[in-house]
Amino acid sequence: MATHTVRFVETGETLACNDRLTLLQAMERLGRKGIPVGCRNGGCGVCKVRVLEGSCERRVMSRAHVAIEEESAGYALACRIIPTSDLCVTVIGKMGRAFARPGQDRKLTGE
Amino acid sequence: MGMTGVLRPGHAAVRVLDMKEAMHFYGEVLGLIETGRDSYGRVYYRAWDERDHNSIILREADQAGIDFFGFKVDSPATLDKLEADVRAYGYPTERIPAGDLLQTGERVRFEIASGHAIELYAEKGKANSPQMVDNPPPWNPESERGIAPIRFDHGLLYGPDIEKVQDFFVNVLGFYLTEQILLEDGKTQLAIWLACSNKAHDIAFVRHPEPNKLHHVSFLLESWEKVLRAADIMSMNRISIDMGPTRHGVTRGTTIYAFDPSGNRFETFAGGYQTYPDWDPLTWTWEEVGAAVYYHDRQLNPAFLEVVT
Repeated sequence: MATHTVRFVETGETLACNDRLTLLQAMERLGRKGIPVGCRNGGCGVCKVRVLEGSCERRVMSRAHVAIEEESAGYALACRIIPTSDLCVTVIGKMGRAFARPGQDRKLTGE
Repeated sequence: MGMTGVLRPGHAAVRVLDMKEAMHFYGEVLGLIETGRDSYGRVYYRAWDERDHNSIILREADQAGIDFFGFKVDSPATLDKLEADVRAYGYPTERIPAGDLLQTGERVRFEIASGHAIELYAEKGKANSPQMVDNPPPWNPESERGIAPIRFDHGLLYGPDIEKVQDFFVNVLGFYLTEQILLEDGKTQLAIWLACSNKAHDIAFVRHPEPNKLHHVSFLLESWEKVLRAADIMSMNRISIDMGPTRHGVTRGTTIYAFDPSGNRFETFAGGYQTYPDWDPLTWTWEEVGAAVYYHDRQLNPAFLEVVT
């Protein structure tokens, strides 16, 4: 079992991630924070990241959140990628403040 | 009471990212009974104690979420009347031919203010086997396989303009408001629960800027003990749990929120109370929104308002 180091560019923090867990699972199991956690299954989009360096295995994820052209630019949902090398990532997804009121706009989650 | 007009939620069509994974989950872990597949590749299920051919329909797609939510009405005459009423209200309707969904009669489809496609239909093939209707035993092997809910029970949908949704459901489809959560101003609704029967809810809505979103489809269990059993089965199968087991303040249901393998939230719940249409709705204020949703924690988790498909 290989272990890879994932580095978050905003904070410089690192996370050890083995090649059997998704990036999100690796983070959650250690009780770490940084990437918002939603459905964990590729549907909701809140754990969106961009892989700036390194390689990973990707599982199917909702096109509502990662378009094809985005995917080729390194965007992914952290719950659907398994690092196959050391990675450098930036966190895109946000768990915003959602209390929507009539007439009040807010930025869409993870978009 | 006489239950007429719209009877109950009858079907929900859910999009999944990987049909094979979805079928393992819905068929083996949740323990629904597969009842058919159609030429579009859709796969049909019902829960063990349901009497109609199907209630959950899966379609493989490149994004998760809900295609449509359907209610069964009491007769073809009611379907015709409600179709005319919906049109008179100003919503265009579409008739989908019988047989488009397996063993399902003509459906009348329209879009409501929250952006969801809602359907009405009067006819669906019966699933009754002699074992189910003649001298039926209280349980059977299908009622013990997987989580094995009794039925598909209700849905919670997210979208804008929920006051318009309420007006439509109450004044056109004959529902009544059972509960609501109000925002800080004490007037604007954050969420509404609506019934067409004497269940605490048949459908619910939360105000949300993006239209046509699914929060969860819900499955009824018999008891709190079955809710705990469901949680065990979820963990044994590495199902992603969002919240619970716990209790909702709203409806008093005991509950687990979890996600199917495509990230669509589902609920397994038990309990709740019976309502009557002459009852005044229960109101939860902004100060107690946490307890309204999660009675024990008394606070929302961010996912409740943010994580939808």
